[in-house]
Amino acid sequence: MSSADTETEGVTTDAAREAAVAEFAEALGDVCLETHVFPGVDCWIRVATDGWLQAAQVARHELNYRYIDFVSVIDWMPSPYGRDMDTEQDRDPNAVADVEAMQHGVTGGDTRMQAIGRVHSLITNIGVNIKCDIPDDTLTLDSWISVFGGVNWHEREAYEMFGVAFTGHPGLRHLYLPGDFEGNPMRKDFPLLARRVKPWPGIVDVEPMPDTGDDGGGES
Amino acid sequence: MDPTQSQQLAYIAGQAADARVNVELETDEGMVLNLGPQHPATHGTLRIVAKLDGELVIKAEPIMGYMHRGYEKLTEVRTYPQVTALINRIDWLGNFANEVPFILAAERLMDVEAPPRAQHIRTILFELSRISNIALFLGDMAVQLGAVTPVFLAFRDREHVLNQIEAVTGGRFHPNFDRIGGIKDDLPAGWIEETHAVMVKMRKFCDEIEDLVLGNEIFQARTRGIGVIPADVGLEYGLSGANIRASGVDWDLRRDNPVGLAWDKVDWKVWTHPDGDSFARYWVRLQETREATKIVDQLLDTMPAGPIMAKVPRIIKVPAGEAYIATENPLGEMGYYLVSQGELTPFRVKIRSASFSNMSIAPWVLQGTYVPDVVTILASLYFILGDIDR
Repeated sequence: MSSADTETEGVTTDAAREAAVAEFAEALGDVCLETHVFPGVDCWIRVATDGWLQAAQVARHELNYRYIDFVSVIDWMPSPYGRDMDTEQDRDPNAVADVEAMQHGVTGGDTRMQAIGRVHSLITNIGVNIKCDIPDDTLTLDSWISVFGGVNWHEREAYEMFGVAFTGHPGLRHLYLPGDFEGNPMRKDFPLLARRVKPWPGIVDVEPMPDTGDDGGGES
Repeated sequence: MDPTQSQQLAYIAGQAADARVNVELETDEGMVLNLGPQHPATHGTLRIVAKLDGELVIKAEPIMGYMHRGYEKLTEVRTYPQVTALINRIDWLGNFANEVPFILAAERLMDVEAPPRAQHIRTILFELSRISNIALFLGDMAVQLGAVTPVFLAFRDREHVLNQIEAVTGGRFHPNFDRIGGIKDDLPAGWIEETHAVMVKMRKFCDEIEDLVLGNEIFQARTRGIGVIPADVGLEYGLSGANIRASGVDWDLRRDNPVGLAWDKVDWKVWTHPDGDSFARYWVRLQETREATKIVDQLLDTMPAGPIMAKVPRIIKVPAGEAYIATENPLGEMGYYLVSQGELTPFRVKIRSASFSNMSIAPWVLQGTYVPDVVTILASLYFILGDIDR
């Protein structure tokens, strides 16, 4: 395939993604809150919390998105511990996150936790990212398992890592962690304990070399 | 509470949770068979709890987490160049292939494109890691059936490929060679000719395996019609790679989802098989290995000249945004959903690994099979534990 073909292909897939998003918006109606297309690259839609299951049904049964890539959760809260890289070891363990500074991604959002599922159409070769706000007070969402059997483990992973429950999931228990593990490790306010007990060795990269002092030893 | 005490409590709680799973499965009628976590057929620490009625598996439940390393969390505290060292270890046999989608995702957000020569070398190393990975599968699947010779052949010939990878990257298993904007180094002198010679050896290896294994009566009896996955079910479970192509779905991300690498510049074929059984999965992977050697040969002949790095800042900050890039890794679709907020480290990385979805079909496909077939079906689905547990 020549490079000219690839370029024209890039343009057509863009139009195809616009069409794909429009199809979703039409089929879902009010439930579809926002859409976003990154030309030639990818597309996103955001649905209301009640429309999460409906979005999956529409995708699979009406629009022929038969392949499920993954289902996961994004915690948008900025980490209260910074990036744990250039911070001091004895940083305040009771730090509070600056919730006001929360920046949601491409399709916006209102809640701290957002679910993301990606479905793929083998006919048009387009993948669509479906996002959905998870209410802060209940942290509960409908399960996609009645539509895509394969989300079973993905939802169990999201459940243990973020503490998000999926209604209708037949066996929502821990996937990786021991059964009685407390906490949700992937949440931003769950500290990475490895960095608490030992400073990150990579930190030496940013420290000044010992001999760059006043006698100009850094030259040698 | 002091840390040792809480560790002890956590340990006891973990044991109790494991015991509960056993009790839960044992309360109904039937016998429970525990495969793993240290069972030779699971090549890794996968544990399958199977409930049996005689020889028949009524219910099988994989239990993971014995190797969970929390890479998604760890990536959040590493700078972008440091992440590749980590994600090398996800699928440790298809090492280089793990790095590529992450780097591509970061490049897409930064709006950087690697020069053609870098893309070319990336594609070659990608395919070499595919060959070394699947070669081991071709031997390993036979050894699960009791045939010992193919695995020796696989280890013998895979060595040549690893040597070629080592000659370029300096690492046999964890190259850590891909960089945002290009690759670390250029090819060493004489490498192209050597690699051509290795590809001839690998094609000979494929022929040997075909003679030894595919035509074998016992192999056919143990794999034909065993572990059949219809295309519909496979797609619903997110099966990808050779597993879904063995169910007759003509879908390969290398062809259908061009991400800038050089696959569209060469002539190759996507192999499918209509049967969807263990035999089909083996057959498709064998053909893919052959096809990969052809891809490498053509790419070596058409190597463009030029730089291997694009202009990127020395300290890499990725602009805010989200990108999902998936490539066709040896095991199937491997993708990274990368969320950046314009800092030195990623904000969130969702690792969509192939084996995780490929193995999630295990409870479905193992139900109603016989105990000896559990081993062959698992082997034919071909998983790497690091790719499931991450």
